[in-house]
Amino acid sequence: MTGAASANDIPPPTGPAAPLLEVRGVSKRFPGVQALSDIRLALARGEVLALIGENGAGKSTLMKILAGVQPPDSGEILLDGRPVQLDSVRAAQAFGIALIHQELNLADNLDVGANLFLGREPRTALGLIDRAKIYRESVEILRRVGLDVPPRTIVRTLSIGYQQMVEIAKALSANARVLIMDEPTSSLTSGEAARLFALIKDLRGKGVSIIYISHRLGEVHELADRVTVFRDGRNAGDLNCDQITHDNMVRLMVGRELAQFYARTIHEPREAVLEVDSLRVAPRGKHPVSFAVRAGEIVGMAGLVGAGRTELLDTIFGVRKPISGTVRVAGKAIQLDGPIQPIAAGIALVPEDRKHQGLVIEMSVRENVSLAALHRQAKRGWLDRRGERRLAAETIERLRVRTPSDQQIVHYLSGGNQQKVVLGKWLALKPRVLLLDEPTRGVDVGAKHEIYRIMESLAAEGVAVLFVSSDMEEVLGMSDRTLVMHEGRITGELSRDRLSEEAIMQLATGRDAASAAQARAI
Amino acid sequence: MKKILGILGLLIAVCVATMLGNPRFLSPGNVENVIRLTAFFGLISIGVAFVIITGGIDLSIGSTVALTGCLLAMFLAVEYVPREGALNVLEVRADPRALVLSGDVGDLAKGDQLRTSAASGTYRFLTVNSVDKEQDRTVAGVVEPPSIVAAGGRVTIAKLNHMNEVVAVGLVLLISVGIGLLHGLLVTKMRLQPFVVTLCGLLFYRGYARYLTNEQTQRFDSSLTGLKYLASGEPFQIPIPFLNWIGEGHWSRYAWDVTNARHSVDAQGNLIPLDLIAWVAIPMPAIILFVVAVLAAIFLNRTIYGRYLLALGRNEQAARYSGINTNRMTVLAYVICSVLGGIAGILFALDLNSIQPASHGNFYELYAISAAVLGGCSLRGGEGAILGVLIGTAVMRVLSNSIVLLEIPTNLEFAIIGVVLLAGVIADELVKRYAARRRARHEAALAEKGA
Repeated sequence: MTGAASANDIPPPTGPAAPLLEVRGVSKRFPGVQALSDIRLALARGEVLALIGENGAGKSTLMKILAGVQPPDSGEILLDGRPVQLDSVRAAQAFGIALIHQELNLADNLDVGANLFLGREPRTALGLIDRAKIYRESVEILRRVGLDVPPRTIVRTLSIGYQQMVEIAKALSANARVLIMDEPTSSLTSGEAARLFALIKDLRGKGVSIIYISHRLGEVHELADRVTVFRDGRNAGDLNCDQITHDNMVRLMVGRELAQFYARTIHEPREAVLEVDSLRVAPRGKHPVSFAVRAGEIVGMAGLVGAGRTELLDTIFGVRKPISGTVRVAGKAIQLDGPIQPIAAGIALVPEDRKHQGLVIEMSVRENVSLAALHRQAKRGWLDRRGERRLAAETIERLRVRTPSDQQIVHYLSGGNQQKVVLGKWLALKPRVLLLDEPTRGVDVGAKHEIYRIMESLAAEGVAVLFVSSDMEEVLGMSDRTLVMHEGRITGELSRDRLSEEAIMQLATGRDAASAAQARAI
Repeated sequence: MKKILGILGLLIAVCVATMLGNPRFLSPGNVENVIRLTAFFGLISIGVAFVIITGGIDLSIGSTVALTGCLLAMFLAVEYVPREGALNVLEVRADPRALVLSGDVGDLAKGDQLRTSAASGTYRFLTVNSVDKEQDRTVAGVVEPPSIVAAGGRVTIAKLNHMNEVVAVGLVLLISVGIGLLHGLLVTKMRLQPFVVTLCGLLFYRGYARYLTNEQTQRFDSSLTGLKYLASGEPFQIPIPFLNWIGEGHWSRYAWDVTNARHSVDAQGNLIPLDLIAWVAIPMPAIILFVVAVLAAIFLNRTIYGRYLLALGRNEQAARYSGINTNRMTVLAYVICSVLGGIAGILFALDLNSIQPASHGNFYELYAISAAVLGGCSLRGGEGAILGVLIGTAVMRVLSNSIVLLEIPTNLEFAIIGVVLLAGVIADELVKRYAARRRARHEAALAEKGA
């Protein structure tokens, strides 16, 4: 097993002597998936512990347990060496544990002061909210995180970075000793992120302990005192300061060498199937976007969150109206007014938001698989129930969907199997262009591998595949060609031989291709 | 399926309880009455179920029933055009009953409706069967009872003038389609909330009906027998054994002193034998409901459009992303709802024959929604079965019937319906939780085995 091999490479790290927070043998099961099994974790006072792992490795589940959102099935959590019951968010807060969630939990229609004191408002003698005291103390609280905004500012009007600082300030003002940050930089600009890093280092100096969850290994390298790696809901290993290298982290996360993980054979690409011509994407649409994807080609689309990649795919698929521009499939322009025309032309989209856009989550595997193909099978509108069953059986077999039966409600499948159902829905239509938006988000490693296999086999059949991914390894491993977007613009195109993480980052942060090439040289 | 069994259990429980309290519940007349009312309300319940399945709601049904009823009555308002000069009665035919009249019949045509009045002041409605202009003769069919004049007598006629029934019904249905289209387009194209759109409908259609009729009670002319047959006809009867024995016999409190279940007793204390077989008349509306329900169930379960409705009700976005024209399907659901509201409106009006524009159909939308929810529709959308909705409607009607039969004060009706509905919803939720827990345990057991 590769886990054993990596344990040989890296000397066993020593955990903190007297940890502030300790997790012992925690397991958690959700319908269809063992999210955590026998997890341990230790956090010292004034330490920044990075928690990394692939999507679906169980990081978020553990964080929700620590924040009192969900109870563990088994195992114990110790604070200052004493076992504690974190059975509600309130209980966790009382113990000084605060979760800064990916999606911020602020009442964004209220002002900063009201948010800082939400649920524990000071009262006047009359029992009314003591607004004067709120605003007075808010100034002081905000100063602690270095945030210089008036406490009467409505939260919604602040940038995401500032909102996040408000959330941190709120946690600190409630005497948080452990801050858990879940992908805090995923929607920040680089300036905001730098500011956040400075704050984290400052808080560490003041004795606050931080669990930092991130996919961005560069950030982890910069911030973390120690790294704990999860893989498939288990501890994959720990790294102490000097062991924290990119290679070590990736090896523990993936558990095997990258080359074999992304099994790719490069095909001779054929004629262009998807042609996007000066497409201006609503609402900003400043920059017309043009590119083409050829039959048998897998094109990756990289960029930071908010670069406009999802919006671009949505526009090509017709669910977002373009300002101007054309999309052609096999030379024929298609009407971009709703997804019906694009689908008829052979475009399929595996959307980013699987649960809301990809699947009718409360319906069965069979019903989901057939949803897009129903009207092609139907005769005069009559449901072809035998055809539907056959289609479901074929899909389950071909995509290796792990489900007890085709009648299983999709909700109870694991993320990876859900994603295969979405893929199956489109494969039933035999698409010519397959758009995938973050195809492996929330998917376990095994299913990830199978999704890559499916993408590969579709390309081999001559489908033009375009996928958006924020997972750098995935982009590097899967694409024949990579387009990089920055603020609604395609800033560059990298062929497989020029592809590197550094080159992508250069283009993704808006630097031009020349400096990207330079970065490659270095 | 489990949901339907649950609601069926509730229906049986309510029926049994009512029967034990008052065996006349099962008398053929009462059974027919409950079936008739279930049929009327079943139509609007099925209609609103379609809208609820899309995740919407229609609050305007009661007002739609009132407006369509008033419009039908107004379209069919009868005008009597008196005719100059009397006609001679040549012959009174017995089978089929008819009068042969002679005189100037140049302006009569086959199918005309006439009111013939004799000197005695009595009158009959007739329909012209044939006109022989060569001989100035007409044969007019007589409705029961027997003729008011003998051969050789004279009758005066007035011609009845009203819109053709088929045209009138067609117009009313067309207006219903328009109402549904309006609701659907406002919900899909303008993205207004269904609650708000149909709340405005509830106010508007009611107000408009009151304005159009000037608050006058609307009635149908007694000559409109063909149309009335739709609401009050009884095309056939079905035999049900034992009903008489239960309703009137030994177990009945109306015959407590009779030891033999097969007999009833009259005022003089004489034993009257009861038939083993009771004949229950099946009213015309029940047949209409049956046809509508079968069509609705086929549409919902056997066509792709039904599947689209269920899918978009669960998740409109995912359905749209799968290439389904969700707007068109949503509009269709509102049209189905309003058209069924219109059909029910026609039948309610014909059955009642006295439509108070201000109160006719009040609260019917709430009866319909309650029946749909009781029958397993989720207001979150995407869930519902026609059979469940029918049984839900029946529960509502039986409840209201039993309130009368058990001599519970009728002002408690709403309170009782409210409690039953709440209990039903709570029971459903508890069953769901129990199922979820069992599933979790099952999963955990599987996991242990796997590990």
